[in-house]
Formats: sequence, structure tokens, C-alpha cells
Amino acid sequence: MAVQDLEKIFQQKIEQEIKIEPKDWMPEAYRKANIRQISQHAHSEIVGMLPEGNWISRAPTLKRKQILLAKVQDEAGHGLYLYSATETLGITREETINDLHSGKAKYSSIFNYPTLTWADIGAIGWLVDGAAIVNQVMLTRTSYGPYARAMVRICKEESFHQRQGFEILLTLSKGSKEQKEMCQDAINRWWWPSLMMFGPHDKDSPHSEQSMKWKIKRKSNDELRQSFVDMIAEQVKVLGMRLPDDHLKWNEERKHYDFGEIDWKEFWNVVKGNGPCNKQRLDARRKAWEEGKWVREAAAAYAEKRKARQKAA
Amino acid sequence: MNSLIAYTLHLADNALILSQRNSEWCGHGPVLEQDIAITNISLDLIGQARNFYQYAESLINHSDGTAANPASEDSLAYLRTEREFKNLLLVELPNGDWAQTVLRQFFFSQYQYLLFQQLQFSKDEQIAAIAAKSIKEVSYHLRWSSEWVIRLGDGTRESHDRMEKAMNELWAYTGEMFEPAGYEKEMPVESEEIKKEWDEKVRQVLEEATLTLPPASEKGSVFMHTGGKNGIHTEYMGHLLAELQYMQRAYPGCEW
Ligand SMILES: [Fe+2]
Ligand SMILES: [Fe+2]
Ligand SMILES: [Fe+2]
Repeated sequence: MAVQDLEKIFQQKIEQEIKIEPKDWMPEAYRKANIRQISQHAHSEIVGMLPEGNWISRAPTLKRKQILLAKVQDEAGHGLYLYSATETLGITREETINDLHSGKAKYSSIFNYPTLTWADIGAIGWLVDGAAIVNQVMLTRTSYGPYARAMVRICKEESFHQRQGFEILLTLSKGSKEQKEMCQDAINRWWWPSLMMFGPHDKDSPHSEQSMKWKIKRKSNDELRQSFVDMIAEQVKVLGMRLPDDHLKWNEERKHYDFGEIDWKEFWNVVKGNGPCNKQRLDARRKAWEEGKWVREAAAAYAEKRKARQKAA
Repeated sequence: MNSLIAYTLHLADNALILSQRNSEWCGHGPVLEQDIAITNISLDLIGQARNFYQYAESLINHSDGTAANPASEDSLAYLRTEREFKNLLLVELPNGDWAQTVLRQFFFSQYQYLLFQQLQFSKDEQIAAIAAKSIKEVSYHLRWSSEWVIRLGDGTRESHDRMEKAMNELWAYTGEMFEPAGYEKEMPVESEEIKKEWDEKVRQVLEEATLTLPPASEKGSVFMHTGGKNGIHTEYMGHLLAELQYMQRAYPGCEW
């Protein structure tokens, strides 16, 4: 079949909301765009384990420790599904991971901020997993089948994470003076970076337009950001805390919250590698990978030996 | 403190401290699947620890109903000092590399498996119930860790050498499992029997892993470190607790 025809079939599928599956013909650029986005998402899950992992050893109660461990483990599971989804596009996990370690592939900038107090664990669950959900609910309808299906599984767990994060903050908000301060301080530090998670304004977002046409993305960055603000601006009232934005105000006409402008200089700085923890995060991932090399080699060597022995037997 | 309380705390402390150590791997494992697996074990262990602490809590509060501050699972985990912890030295040792981590897990899980098999028939209903409930998890830990010991022992030259090194590091901490502390002596546990079976099973796995077998264990032939069960720990323990207990120490009496 001529490429033009294949392209036509592909475009028709997209229009008719038929998922694109690994064996289907797809334009090379579509494949690349999906590899870029899904692997970036996978890396975010894995790098995202680090800031929260920073508090596992110090969680304040046994129950909180258990919940946090399970949460960080869930994120590892998400990374695993997403690496598998990337593999359906013809790139191995190892290649994908190498791209992370070389700095070629990106991950969500939010994980380049430090977790300084226990309240940060609550703020991450509430705001970061909260923002992830807004994005991921949209992605359950993305056009590439394996990605969409991975998102359905992941979303269920993410909403659980968000509730647990909120619960941590709610407990702090009812606690001692220090706990309340810790709670507000964490919200102050995580609010703006979590708004940045949705990416640049639509007009400044290089990949967005094509992604929307292919229905990889189904809502624009600004649309998603707005629904996040609307959700959080309500929930923060329950905490009796305040979001650090003097411009935040309900707009009766738009039926949305208005909010202030993001500090884009900070955003680009962190993207370019100058966030507070960019170096530590990548170093930690590289170190785990390098120190695990002999383990992976041994496992492979042993599996080979076994195969050979079984054959001989 | 009566010996049932001390014994229950000993079981809880073993599980908590090993969970704490294993959880250090979370996010740093050699490969994603194993990061998840070791975290799973950590989760199972903290679950066991909580069950035992909750039982100890009820025993303590029952025997001393007048205490101004009743015990709780968290006060037991977060507000006792290193001299009060009764875990084996083995579980508090630093993780070392993956070889050391999986070998430690194997030694411990093999022991825990045999111990819980006996404890599930204990006359103490709570201990019996927790042991019975945990056996399924422990047999998974045992299978997972013994497979790793074999895989690394019989893997590459490097992995073999690392396993030998891990053996040298850890073997001298295995004897403590079979030296009953005072509070254990009243428990209906056949430690001689456990020791015999443990030795057999461990040797089987080490042999399959092509590792050098430790010298036969006639009494006194190999030096073994002891003390943890009676609160005499390694220097590592204080640092482990400093981290574990940081929040409760820095902000006493808060809800979290
Ligand atoms: Fe996430
Ligand atoms: Fe996730
Ligand atoms: Fe999450």
C-alpha cells in the first residue's frame, strides 16, 4: 500500500477515536512523539521516587511509613508499565534509560525540588499527584492504545496518592503551631512548581499543536492548568491554609479561578538543569544503575547457564 | 517487664529494623523489578512489626493500667532507646551491596520461617495468629532471597566474589539467632531444632550457589557476635534510630 493511503487510514482512525496499536502503521513522527512523551513520563515516575524516598526512613509513625513506602513503590510500578509501553514502540528499556542518564531525555521538573520537611510529603501527594491526575485522566483517552491503557491503571492509584497526601496535610492543619506552619510552608514552596508541571503557555509550547492533532494530548496546557487551579483552590479551604498567590480569585464570569503569572524564568532555569536538585537526582539514578550493573550481569549469566544445563539434561 | 512482653518486642524489633534497612533500597535498586521486590519485603516486615507492637502495647497497658502515658505501637518504635531494642545484630547491620542485602535476607528469612512454623502453634493466641498470618509472606521472602543467593553465587566471577565477601561479613552474626535470651527461654520454642534445620537448609542453598561452606558449627568452633537481643547493639544502631525516630523526638506528642 502506498504511504499516502497508509497515512489516510491512520488519520481516519485518529478521527474515529480508534486506538493506534503497536502493530499498526503509524507515521514516524507519531512514533517518535509517543516515545518522547511516554518515556519522559516513565522517567518522571522513577525520578519522582527520590524526593519522597527521602522521607521513608524518617516518616513520623509506622502507619505513615507503611503508606509512604507503598506509595513510592506504586510509582516504581508506574514506571514499569510505562517503560513497557515505550518498548511497544520499538525502543528497549535500556536505551530509554540511557537517554535519561545522558541528559537527552527529560523528566518532570517538579522532582528537582527538595523535600525539606515531612509536610512536603503531604504537599507532593496533594499537589504533585493532583496535577499528575489532571494530566493523566486526559491521557486515558490518548490515541496510542498501550499508553491509554497504562493510564487507566495508573490513574486509580494516583487518586489514592492524592487523598493520602491531603490527609497528611489535614492532620498537620489540625495539629500544633509548628505543624500548621510546616503545612503552610510546604504549600508555599510546592504551589508554583506544581502549576509549572503543565508546561509553558500553549503559545510557547513547541510540541503541543501536533500532539493535539494526533490526539496524543487532548487538552491544552493552559486548559489543564486551569482545571487544576479550580480544584485546588476549593480543597485548600478545607485545610484552612492559603495558596501563595494574591491574584487568586473566583471569576464569576468565566466560572473559573483567576490566578497570577508563573515565574517563567524559574521554570526554564529548572528545565535547563539549574533547579535545586537536578544534579542530585540524575546522579542518584546513574549511581543506582551503575552499581546495579554487576547484579544485572550476574542474573543474565546465571539465566544463560541454567538454559544451557536444561538443554544438556 | 515480663518475658512475654520482652519476647513480643524482640519479634517486633527484628521486623522493624530489617524493614528500615531494606527500605533504604527503595528508589535505588539495581533494576526496577527488584526495587519493587525489596520494597515489598520491607512492607511485609513493617506490617509484621506493627502487629507485634500492637500486641505488646496491649500487654503493657494491661499489666500497668495506671501508667500516665500508655504505650502505643509508635511509642514502642519511636521512643525507646538503643539499649531497649531487642533485635538481632544481623538486622541492624548496614546494607552493604546487593549481595550482602540478599544474603542477610536469606539468613533471616530462613530463620523466621522455621521460627514462625513453631510459633503458629504457640499457646499464646496472638503470637500464634501473627506467626500464622506471616508465614506466607516469609516463605516468599525465603524463596526470593535464596534464588538471589544462588543466582549471584553461580553468576559471574564478580558476583561470586561479592557473595563470598558477604558470607565473611555476615556469618558471624548468624549464631545469635540460636542463643536464647532470658525472655526466650520461657517460650515454647525448640531453638536447637530450629538451628539444626536452619543449618541444613542454608548449607543446601550455599552449595547450590557454589559458595564456600562455613566451618561445621560445633559449639565454640566459630566466634559469633551476640548482644542485640539484650540491648547491646553495634554502633550502627544508634544512627539508625536517630533517623527513624527523628520526627517523634523533634516534635514530641503530636498527631501525624
Ligand atoms: Fe506520579
Ligand atoms: Fe505515578
Ligand atoms: Fe503517584
